[in-house]
Amino acid sequence: MEKDWVIFAEDLEKVYQMGEVEVRALAGVSCSIARGEVVSIMGPSGSGKSTLMNILGCLDLPSSGKYLLDGEAVETLNDDQLADIRNRKVGFVFQSFNLLSRTTALANVELPLRYAGKVPDKKERARAALESVGLGDRMTHRPTELSGGQQQRVAIARALVNNPAIIMADEPTGNLDSKVGKEILDLLLALNRDKGTTLIIVTHDPAIAAQSQRIIHLRDGLVEEKK
Amino acid sequence: MNIGQSIIEALETLNGNKLRSGLTILGIVIGVGAVIAMLAIGQGAQDTITGAISGIGTNLLFVSSGNHVQEVRNPKPLTLSDADAIADPFAAPNVLAVAPIIEGRADVTAGGETMSVSVTGTTPQYFILQNYALLEGDFLTQDNLQGNASAVVIGPGVADKFFGRRNGVVGETIRINGQPFRVVGILESKGGGMFGSQDNQVIVPFTTAQTRLIHRSVLNKVDQLYVQAVSAQAVPFANEEIKQILRQRHRTPVGVDDFTVFSQADFLSIAKTVTGVFTIFLGGIAGISLLVGGIGIMNIMLVSVTERTREIGLRKALGARKRDILIQFLIESSMLSLMGGLIGILLGWLLGFIVGRIAAASGTPFNPVISLNAILLATIFSAAVGLFFGIYPASRAANLEPVEALRYE
Repeated sequence: MEKDWVIFAEDLEKVYQMGEVEVRALAGVSCSIARGEVVSIMGPSGSGKSTLMNILGCLDLPSSGKYLLDGEAVETLNDDQLADIRNRKVGFVFQSFNLLSRTTALANVELPLRYAGKVPDKKERARAALESVGLGDRMTHRPTELSGGQQQRVAIARALVNNPAIIMADEPTGNLDSKVGKEILDLLLALNRDKGTTLIIVTHDPAIAAQSQRIIHLRDGLVEEKK
Repeated sequence: MNIGQSIIEALETLNGNKLRSGLTILGIVIGVGAVIAMLAIGQGAQDTITGAISGIGTNLLFVSSGNHVQEVRNPKPLTLSDADAIADPFAAPNVLAVAPIIEGRADVTAGGETMSVSVTGTTPQYFILQNYALLEGDFLTQDNLQGNASAVVIGPGVADKFFGRRNGVVGETIRINGQPFRVVGILESKGGGMFGSQDNQVIVPFTTAQTRLIHRSVLNKVDQLYVQAVSAQAVPFANEEIKQILRQRHRTPVGVDDFTVFSQADFLSIAKTVTGVFTIFLGGIAGISLLVGGIGIMNIMLVSVTERTREIGLRKALGARKRDILIQFLIESSMLSLMGGLIGILLGWLLGFIVGRIAAASGTPFNPVISLNAILLATIFSAAVGLFFGIYPASRAANLEPVEALRYE
């Protein structure tokens, strides 16, 4: 490895057993993403991009293949170790925000730190993360009292509060209008620029993909790399 | 994850669905309340009954003719000379006093009213054995006994009935079976006992009863002997001495005794067994409602896990381990049952209090007792119910696959 790879995946396969039929969602995907890169994953539905994201985000394990995340071999880990890796190295941003509606923005952002074990100054760090996404004045608001864009900002603050190696955004602008969507994308890109956080965006939208440095096209569980 | 924070979060979650949490808690409240109230009522009943038995007098033994366990032919009656033999301090050093009893019913008339009351013929020792106290006047004396006196000590109920008062009655005359008797003393009320109310009785000298009121075919026959042992520890020895003496006198040194000796301790242990069974029975029935409450918790937790599948998936994506999710849901179910338990203790206490009030209003002094044990038992049991019935839903939540859970609509 000459380059500083954050993600180094080789020959990933994922096979689902759907009753009698075997479905090969990934049929040998190899991809590497360098630290600080912005990469889009595109592909029609059924191409395996969600499966790839789940595996790269350590939510799921590949059926076979090799995957190193920030230098750690993932495919041999058990559930609790995977949870730990997700907590420390991955920040997720979802299409539907996935905030806990009963708690405040601050508590939502604090949540990953609560699962991280002994972390000093949890409140301070959560506050700083919210300020960095421009929501310093909305800390005690609940998600229902925030607009869609603000909710997604809270989700981004939550994703970056633990200083992860990568942020995985799954259709981050899918539920937002184009103006707000652009703000959110700009925020993500600014994070990449300022903090050097690796950014992986799963999207349908070519306009968004165009803003990234590299696009990984998936079709039928295989990579068709362009550019 | 920090436990204190988890508890706060669980309370927030439960607070977010007040009606549902409230109804679930209600199931436990009713269960715990019923258990507490039933145990309290059982304990109160036991205290009342054993108290009534203790009120008969301390260190007492009761001797009667016949044998209730084995068949015996031609049992010899107990007589006054049997009583004298047992009272002999050399033959029975553990016996303090003996009172022979002869009992019957008689019509008592005074002031134009007639009532059938129980008449007891006995000796002055009886009053000491029975722990009687006087409102006024005197007990019967040895002189009354020897002189076949027409003297009577009456219970407070009798005084109420005939004179409408409890003082200034000494010196009045009442007629028992038409014969005039002078009232020499009035007993203090003892309340209802297990042998019926002791307040509605009249007590006359044994000799008088035998010759003029209660006729028995055998001369000097007594119905029962009340025997007092020198101390509570001496009761078993006194018991043995009485048996030896009576076997010798009735010429039954071998074979079946033709008499029965029963101690107060025997009564107490029987009463305790009976009320204990009664308490367990009531508590068991109440326990079933607690079980139903527990199933309610399980049901609602399962619904909650299904509803919050996405939340569970999210938490897992953010780094929650299985254990974190398990603990989160266990805390929620324990909080439900614990709160139910605490409110249930209050409810049980209230129920016990109301039952006590109703009993007091209907003339039976009866105090439901809520023991610390019952409270601890109910608290621990309700928390255990929450844990037990929470384990299955919580482990279902903990074992959800993050990918599946996040995709759940």
